[in-house]
Amino acid sequence: MQTRFVLLMSLVCSLLLSTAAFAAAPLKIGALFAVTGPAAFLGEPERNSAKMVVDEINKAGGVKGRQLELVVYDTAGDATKAVQLATKLIKDDKVVAIIGPSTTGETMAVIPVAEREKIPLISCSAGSKITDPVKKWVFKTAQNDALAVGKIYEYLQKHKQTNVALLTVSDGFGSSGREQLKAQAAKYGMTVVSDDTYGPKDTDMTAQLTKIRASKAQAIICWGTNPGPAVIAKNAKQLGIKLPLYMSHGVSSKKFIQLAGDAAEGIRLPSGKVLVADVLPNSDGQKKSLMAFVKDYQNHYKAEGDHFGGHAWDAIMLLKGAFDRGADSAAAVRDQLEKTRNFAGIGGTFNYSTQDHAGLGKDAFVLVEVKKKDWILVK
Amino acid sequence: MQFDQLLQYSLSGLSTGAIYALIGIGFSIIYNATGIINFAQGEFVMLGGMLTLFFLETLQLPLWAAIPCAVGVSTACGFLFERLAIRPLRQPTPINLVIITIAGSILIRGIAMLVWDKDTHAIPPFSGEEPIAIAGATILPQHLWILGITLIIVAINRFYFYHTISGKAMRACAYNRRAAGLVGIDVKRMVLFSFMISSAMGSVAGIIVAPLTMTSYDVGIMLGLKGFCAAIIGGMSSGLATVVGGLVLGVLESLGAGLVSSGYKDAIAFIILLLILIIRPQGLFGKAESERV
Repeated sequence: MQTRFVLLMSLVCSLLLSTAAFAAAPLKIGALFAVTGPAAFLGEPERNSAKMVVDEINKAGGVKGRQLELVVYDTAGDATKAVQLATKLIKDDKVVAIIGPSTTGETMAVIPVAEREKIPLISCSAGSKITDPVKKWVFKTAQNDALAVGKIYEYLQKHKQTNVALLTVSDGFGSSGREQLKAQAAKYGMTVVSDDTYGPKDTDMTAQLTKIRASKAQAIICWGTNPGPAVIAKNAKQLGIKLPLYMSHGVSSKKFIQLAGDAAEGIRLPSGKVLVADVLPNSDGQKKSLMAFVKDYQNHYKAEGDHFGGHAWDAIMLLKGAFDRGADSAAAVRDQLEKTRNFAGIGGTFNYSTQDHAGLGKDAFVLVEVKKKDWILVK
Repeated sequence: MQFDQLLQYSLSGLSTGAIYALIGIGFSIIYNATGIINFAQGEFVMLGGMLTLFFLETLQLPLWAAIPCAVGVSTACGFLFERLAIRPLRQPTPINLVIITIAGSILIRGIAMLVWDKDTHAIPPFSGEEPIAIAGATILPQHLWILGITLIIVAINRFYFYHTISGKAMRACAYNRRAAGLVGIDVKRMVLFSFMISSAMGSVAGIIVAPLTMTSYDVGIMLGLKGFCAAIIGGMSSGLATVVGGLVLGVLESLGAGLVSSGYKDAIAFIILLLILIIRPQGLFGKAESERV
């Protein structure tokens, strides 16, 4: 009995003492990703990329001698959960910054928490209203959907296809895209001849496409995330619709080509440069970061690093930049983030300022086309 | 409104309706044999598609071998479900059974999510993807497969329930469990058979629709609910009435999406369900229930 007690106490003491072995306290970064649930195609690559780059930074000695500690929570795409977990990260885990969430809906819910608790938030979602109007503590790394819409309309205008039919998904991403598509139409001389929606879980869009086929549309713009656009591509092929089909950056991954099969040929969409990293000219400022990211992700996870994982990579690297410049408290990190200039990331070249917490310009997107089951750059 | 547009809506609606009909018949069979609504029916539809994918891709079986294996495993799951979740019940009150089947559906969905992933997957179509033109509308060969296989299954169903002893025994259980037990029918075994038949039919429905709509771990929820609507419209019969109910549901949904608004597609199915329950709860073809006092 006595020896057991002694053994137990020595075990407890050695455990307690071992924690004192850490030289300096790690810099804690919180992460909210939708690893499961309907937005898992965003959250999983984001979590993978974030973990990968934090591991690498720590292996190389950390930042200014301090290790980075990443605390990841899974929101399952649920805004209520995201708010609860954000509060947990701030109050319990005492993080100095939060990256994520993965979707616009969740981000809008978490923003009041970040603003109230004065913790910098770097969102990985695309909604323009996250940083417009600018909020003091909120940044984002994903490209604005406004930029994506502009890219498509620019191309359509150049090719004189001005009557467009919209087919958007009825969730946050789709409605944000639809808002942008309608708002920017006049600027590029586009006329929206038809405006239809579909549900995220719908499995048959032939009704909407039949309606579009009978209208005067010269091009169809579909705004959604997998699997809807893949079904639309297949339905369009079935109905024999010859109109050019444009998708959103929501399907900029190999998965879309896999799902849509032959029906994906010829579809164009705006995408981050990561999909065509190997065919970019060497003069492109982002090529080095892109190639490194793609290779690392392949080595680590045996899968292709995609556009979405890049958002998290950018967020961690931006934080690293802020830490490198001497910030180690929430307020200092926020100030240093705002001073980020010319950071060549995966999503684009970032230039934050007091008026611009989105940081990206038109070069963030390129137009790509599906050819022979792979992506090519459209000139 | 042009004829070819209407035709297109109707044809697309027919094949979706056939799927709802198959799932609805599955609901009806279990309801008729046991008085339970098996809310896990949608998950057997999902299992059909996901298991076929598993056999095709992970075990590299050819399509004609993968499908029977998938149906077999789904039927085994139905067997296990009945044995482990339904039979041990001491007090089979309706509310207990409803809760258990809902819990079962969540469990099966969760296991599917963990064993496979959360992604959507495509299954190759059975015989090619060339669209077939019919008077201005187009359908795919897969639509023909769906309609054909549905007809065959409905025919087999009818033959089984009306011309075989065990089918008649199951109908006897539906009319009056106690009387059936008294004449020597093993009611417990009939319950087991009804679950196995329903899960087999549900998985076939999932397999034939997967090449069109792609499959993932959560397709069972919506499909199950709409199949349930089809069963209600058909008055919970396990024959032609539910088939008509499913087809009507599919066509109305498609017409509503095309003519009224595509955003309300799901709402249409449930509005029809509400109307049927309010106006004619015995279904379009059922006889009103009345109790002699």
